[in-house]
This record gives sequence, C-alpha cells and structure tokens, in this order.
Amino acid sequence: MSTETQTTNINFMGQRHIAMAFSILLIIASFAGLWMKGLNFGIDFTGGTLIELSYPTPVDLNKLRTDLTDANYGEAVAQHFGSAKDVLIRIAPREGLNSAQLSNQVMDALHKASDEDITLRRVEFVGPQVGDELTEDGALAVLYALFGILIYVALRFEWRFSVGSVAALIHDVIITIGVFSWTQMQFDLTVLAAILAVIGYSLNDTIVVFDRVRENFRTMRDGSPVEVTNVAVNQMLSRTLMTSITTLIVLLALFFLGGEIIHGFAAALIVGVVVGTFSSTYVASAVALLLGVSKEDLMKAPAAERDREAEEAELQRAFLEAEAKREAKLKKQGKKIEEDEA
Amino acid sequence: MFQAQQKVMTNHYPAWKYLLLIVITVIGLTYAMPNLFGDDPAVQISPAKSVVFNADTQVKVEGLLEKAGLEVKSSVFEGGKFLIRFDNTEDQLKAKSVLKEALGRQAVVALNLAPATPALLQGMGADPMYLGLDLRGGVHFLMDVDMEAAVAKAYLRYIDEVKATLRAEKIRYVSVEVEKDALEVKFKDIPTMQAGLMKLNEVYGNRFTLTKDETTSAPKVILTLSKTTIAETKKYALQQNITTLRNRINELGVAEPVIQQQGDRRIVVQLPGVQDTARAKEILGATATLEFRLVEEKGDPYRAEKTGYAPNGSIIYKFRDGRPILLQRRIIVSGENVINAQSGIDPQQGSAMVNVTLDGAGGRKMLAVTKKNVGNRMAVVYIENRVETVEENGVKVKKRITNKDVINAAVIRGQFANRFQITGLDSPQEAQDLALLLRAGALAAPMEIVEERTVGPSLGQDNINQGFMSVVVGFLLVLVVMAWRYKLFGMVANVALLLNLVIIVAVLSMLQATLTLPGIAGIVLTVGMAVDANVLIFERIREEMKNSSIQTAIYSGYEKAFVTIADANITTLLAAVVLFSFGTGPIKGFAITLSIGIITSMFTAILGTRAIINLIYGNKRVEKISI
Repeated sequence: MSTETQTTNINFMGQRHIAMAFSILLIIASFAGLWMKGLNFGIDFTGGTLIELSYPTPVDLNKLRTDLTDANYGEAVAQHFGSAKDVLIRIAPREGLNSAQLSNQVMDALHKASDEDITLRRVEFVGPQVGDELTEDGALAVLYALFGILIYVALRFEWRFSVGSVAALIHDVIITIGVFSWTQMQFDLTVLAAILAVIGYSLNDTIVVFDRVRENFRTMRDGSPVEVTNVAVNQMLSRTLMTSITTLIVLLALFFLGGEIIHGFAAALIVGVVVGTFSSTYVASAVALLLGVSKEDLMKAPAAERDREAEEAELQRAFLEAEAKREAKLKKQGKKIEEDEA
Repeated sequence: MFQAQQKVMTNHYPAWKYLLLIVITVIGLTYAMPNLFGDDPAVQISPAKSVVFNADTQVKVEGLLEKAGLEVKSSVFEGGKFLIRFDNTEDQLKAKSVLKEALGRQAVVALNLAPATPALLQGMGADPMYLGLDLRGGVHFLMDVDMEAAVAKAYLRYIDEVKATLRAEKIRYVSVEVEKDALEVKFKDIPTMQAGLMKLNEVYGNRFTLTKDETTSAPKVILTLSKTTIAETKKYALQQNITTLRNRINELGVAEPVIQQQGDRRIVVQLPGVQDTARAKEILGATATLEFRLVEEKGDPYRAEKTGYAPNGSIIYKFRDGRPILLQRRIIVSGENVINAQSGIDPQQGSAMVNVTLDGAGGRKMLAVTKKNVGNRMAVVYIENRVETVEENGVKVKKRITNKDVINAAVIRGQFANRFQITGLDSPQEAQDLALLLRAGALAAPMEIVEERTVGPSLGQDNINQGFMSVVVGFLLVLVVMAWRYKLFGMVANVALLLNLVIIVAVLSMLQATLTLPGIAGIVLTVGMAVDANVLIFERIREEMKNSSIQTAIYSGYEKAFVTIADANITTLLAAVVLFSFGTGPIKGFAITLSIGIITSMFTAILGTRAIINLIYGNKRVEKISI
C-alpha cells in the first residue's frame, strides 16, 4: 500500500475560482429555494399538534382524511410515517380550539370511524407562543455559535482565517437549509440541532487544514501563499476524506436504521458533512487567500505563535533528554554486562 | 555515540500512565455494566400526605399479595416507600389494582420499572442511565402560569380589607373597585378623599403606590401594587401551582414524576410511563377552585334570570343542569382555606359524600356564618378557569374562560367550624372527583398547557431498538474501515473506540443523565468523530515516516497531531456548549453526550492508543510497522 503514503499533488487552489463560482451558485440556489418554496417548518416552530398513530393493517389515507373532515378537522394533514401502517397527523393551531384536549378528540373520532385497534404512538403539541420562542432561541443559538467561533479562531490563528472559517460555516448552513427547502423535508428542532452540529464538524475540518497551512508557512521558507495552502490541503486530503467517510458511515446507519424521528437529523448532518468537507477545502482557504493572508501575518501573530514555538522547542528538548537518559541507561547496562563477563 | 542515539528511539510510557489507563478502564466497565441488566416490572407504593408507613403496613401489603396469589420477586422498604418487583408485567398490573383497592387514599400506588442491577454494583452506587420519555414512553407538559390573572387576583383580595379599614376609621367611601391593574377608591368629596389617602397610605404604603385623582366628579385614590409586591405575588403563584400540581400528580400514581420550574412563569411536568394522557390532562389542566356562599333566599331566581337583575347583594348562578339560583355576593370561604377533603359514604342516607376540613381562618369564618344561618342553605360553587389562545383579527390573544357552576346547595343543619360534610352527591365517582379538587387546593392562577409531548410505550421501545441498532451497525462499520485502512494501528484505534463508548456510557450513568433519542444520536456522532483524532495521528505518522526513522515518526506523529486535535475539539466543544445553553430538553441531551464524547475521545484516542502502540513497538528496534 505504498500509494497510500504518497501525498497527492492536486492543484486545489488553482481551481479555487471555479469552486467558488460553484459555491456561489449553490448559495443562490438555496436562497431561491427559500424564496420560492420556503421551509417546511415542524410544529416546534409553527405551533400546532402532531399525532402519530399505528394501525394493525395498512391505512388508506384517503379514508382517513375523509374521517378527519367528518370530524371537523378538514385542515389536518395526514401522511404515512415510516410504513403504511403508521400515520402522522398534523393540525395547525386554530381559533377557539382547546389545543390541550385536541389529541383526545381526534383519537375519539378516529376510534369511532374505524373498528381497528389504533395505538397512539406520539402526541406533540406546541403552543404558538412557545413556537415563536423556540424560533427565536434557535436563531440566536446559531448566531452565538458563529460569533464564538469567530472570536476563538481569531485569537488562535489570525483574523483572515477567522473570516474564512466563518464564511465556510455560513456557506454550509445556507446550503444545508437550502436542501431542506428544495426537498421540503420537515425542519424541526432536531434539524436545528443537526445544523449546529454541522457547524462544529465543518469547523473541525477547517481548523485542521488551517493548522497545517500555518505550519507550512513556517517550514516552507519559499513559496507563495497559494502554494503553501495547496500543499497543506494535499497533505490533509487523506485525513479529510477518511474522517468524512467514517462520519458518513455512522450517519447513514442513523439515517436508515435510527427510525423515522431521527431522519431529518441524520439527513441534515449528511448534507452538512458533505458540504462541510468541500467548504473546508475550498471556501475557508480560498477566502483566507482572497483576503491576502501572508507569511508575515502568521509570523506576527503574537502570543499564540510564540507559545507554539516554545512548545515545540520544549518537546524537542524533552525528547532529546529522554533519549540521553535511555542511552545512558543502556550504556550502564552494557557496562554491567561487560563487568559480569569480566 | 550520536549515531547510536539516532537509531535507537524510545517510545516508552511510564508505568503510572498504564496504571491510570487500567484504573479508568475498570471504573468505566463497572459503571457501564448496570445498563446490561435491564428492568424488572415493579409496583411502587408511597404514602399519601400525612401518612407514615411502618412494619404493619409491610405485613398488610405482603398479606394482600399472598392472598391474591401473586409471586413477588423481591420487596424492599426504603425511604418510607415500598418497591415490589415481579417476574412479569401481568402480575405487576394485577398487584397494582389489588393494592390500590385495599390501600385506597392512604397510598399512591404506581407502576414502575426498577433497574435489575445486582446488589454488589448498586452498593457501589452504580446505576443504569436514566431513560428519557422518548425512550420509555410518557408525557411531557410545559405549563404556562397566567401571571396577569395572579396579579388581578391579588387586587381582588384587598377589596374587602380596604373597605374594612376605611369603615373602622369612619371614613365614608363611595366605592372600592379593581380598574385596569389598580384598586380605585372613590370618595364623595375632596376632604374625605384626603383623610382616606392618609389612612390608606399609613396602612398600605409599604405594599402599594398611592396616587390621587381630583379631576373626576368623585375624587379617588388609586392604589397600585409596588414592583416588589408584584414580583412576590408572581413567585408565590408559581410556587403554589407547583405544589398543587405535585398533589394532583400524586393522585395519578406516577412513579417518578418531574415537576420543575422553568423560567419565571413556566412549569415542566414529566410523567414517565403514563399512558392515559386524557385523564392526566384533565386533572392537570382544569384549574378549579371552590367558593362557599350563602344562598339568597329572598329573591326569585327565575325572575332574576329573566330580567338579568339580581336583588341587591346577590349574584345569579346556575346549577349544572341549568337551574338558576341566587347566591350572596360575600364569599364565606374559598378553596384556599381547604386543608383536606375525603370522599366517603354517608352512613345515614347511603349516598356519596365528602368530608371537608378547613384551616383555622376558614373555620372561624365558617363558624361565624353558620351560627346565624342554621336552616338556611349554603352552596358550593365550582369555578373552572381555562386560558385559551385564540386569534382575533389576526392577532394571537389570550382569553380567559371562566365557568361557574353551583355543584351543591345544602341546608345548614347545625353550626360548624372547620369540619363538615357535603352530602347528597350523585355518585362515589363524583364525590371522589370533588374531594380530589378540594384537596389539591385552589390554584393561585390559571395555567395553560403550552407544550405537550407524549410518547406511547410501543414507540419508546421502538426508539430504543432502533437507536441501539444504529449505534451497533455504525460502530461495526467504522471498526471495519479503520482496520482496513490502518491495519494494526487501526485495530488499536478500534480498541480505543470501544473503550470510549464504555466510558461515555459510564459517565452518563454516573451523572444519572437522561438518555434521549437525540442523546443516542450524539453518541453515534461521537463514534464517527472520535476516530478523527486517530486518523490525524496515523496520517501524520505515515507522513513523518518518509523523512525519519519509524520510532521518531511515531513520536512526532503523536506530538504534532496533538495541537491540531486539541484545536479542532475545542471548537466543536464550543458549538456543543452553545447547543446546551440554548437548547431545550431533547437538544440538551444531544449536547451533553456530544460534549462527553469529545472529552473522553481525547483521552482514549491519544493516551489510550499511544499506550498500546508503545507496548507493541516501543523500546525496540523496528524495521517495519503495520500502518
């Protein structure tokens, strides 16, 4: 497997303009989706009632809808959930409706309309007010996460990297939301959690590349920023792919085996990981290069950098010391053996 | 000499690091183990208010179960509660109904799932993870307390008091009324108003802000509750609601209910294992109170209903069947004064009845009234408050709906104080419900259910199975990929990954954190990301091998990758912390497992793998490594 240890030499940064155009295209498409189709918000954000039922035999949705209309819930949305035997009914908040009792009333109506043994699997009711609060909190959470990251990366690296990584994150978030808009998959609290996890993951990827760029700026005495970045991306390529693959494997397991409730969560992460892998290679580094990141900037980067160098020196020293000790020990043992032999 | 130093490299770990690793592994395994044993179906019996269980109760309980022919797996009396385990759910259900019938109101009999952890492990404080509602089934409610109503009610309470104060000072007032978050006292002329203002300021100055208004035809003093008093009122309303909820939930028989304050006006109620959600909602949702009032016998209620005018000092009420009745405006006592109420059978008539006990203040008032009114009727008014959010002209507004029903009007047979009976109820069920509402006390302010999440038991089991399945499959696939890509090093990473999983479960068990479905997702995601640290290290070692000897490559591979791993993980932790602080219930669970996973993976992926690698390759001359 000697090929595996070979570092690739793909000119990633040479294609960065094409990649950027592609990214911009995706972002425009995402906004177009949001503008034209919007998001299919779950009741976590809109408020309303959700009822999951399980029938012993496959359910005829048309009959169920008629039953619901007869029971005066004409606006209810019914769909299969996972299998033909499971049904999900969503009812928007409605005037003059005692929402707390709603699920009982719907169950009663359906029991009357069918002889089958229906089991209630899940009821979720979110009041409109709580829905508004969750939306606000969710938006705030994403903003705070981005802001915290901006500061951390700026402190640890340099502001151009910081802007680059946050640009990559925004890119990832927008495209993931865009996919949810085009597919009209339900956007609920767990999807929001997934998006925050995507932020964490994508950032992880970006930081790893940046770390290497910084290192290369120091070790490669000559070389333009573009070359240096390119080498770093190539060096990290197998790692980036490997981590993405393992993460995707577990996400796919979650998507296919984790059950219907976790579906949206897994889908958002799968999209996010794919987009995040792309963005940490192209968007983050490309934006940093666009902003004119240079060797001097990183060498200047004060405290953190000096710490890092001191750290390395310390490591080197500790290593040599350990070596010397061991050498001495070996020598001593050797001597002992010699003495014994003598 | 220097050449020799270059060739013979050391990758040696001191003994204490191995010891640390072994100790942590053993602790991890011990505390993760309880999760393997599953649960026993059990019945939990806890004493009702003001009842204490003793050895006699134990004999009684055991006798009852024996008589019913139920086989008990084990029975423990601890902390004033019984926990009786059974072999199957059938026995468990039978036992519950037998015990509930026999113990009646003395005890709260609830179904429970008791962890079947061996005593040895339990003795070390090792308990299994606590499963969230989405995994074990149950109900989650978020209740919103109507604080505006609580404050309005506070004003109402002062009306009588203010009147009494002014009367005592012989200051004549025109009216005392609640107007738009204020208490307005109207006077005939300005001098009386001045006198009234002085007196009222003296008495209520510490609780109210007083202003005067001389512009209206009747000059008035306006009393507004001070900010601190309002804050206190709200706090009190929330506390009283929590207490009331706790009492009501005890009536439902739930083994491990959670009733917690959330924010300054919300209450979270979690009822694991409750299946009859309709009844739960009925009991929690109805915010009922009672008022005892004298019946106004002078007027004709039917005429009053027709004209819409009640005789002075009285109000028109209706029975549940629609018959009108005139009641006196003055409330004798209200639900707040009720200490206890129990249903029973009236020995004289054989009909259902409720025994009511009032507190001291209520008893005094009752005595004063009944002394003068033997032979007159007294009515019990049942007041149900609901808050509904409705849309009016596109704006969401809260509407308070109050239903007042006279549920009983009985002749006062003799004077009584704090103990009396309400007789002539239709059915034992009605008596039981009335007693329950009386006992649970009056709510200080109405509540509204603003969020509900119910998970049926079948879905809970499905969630466990699917969650478990996805963890296992995802995990195995990752193991295969790692072993394929990194050979022996990959195997070592796999051992570390396994250890990581054990430690995550152990930490969650030790913290007694609640495991939810998103929590499982967090664990799965951690598995995917935990290998990242090893991937980083191994790739670096491969790279370093091109320029230096094997031992140096291993050494610097670990050292150089460390900074990158730390940086990357700290930023992910940052995101997890944000998730935790902004998320609600399910998202919090995800954030917790993700954070724990990140931290433990740093330990296992760096220290753990290094220790094994050193054991295999360290301290010797190596020509080739399997990576």
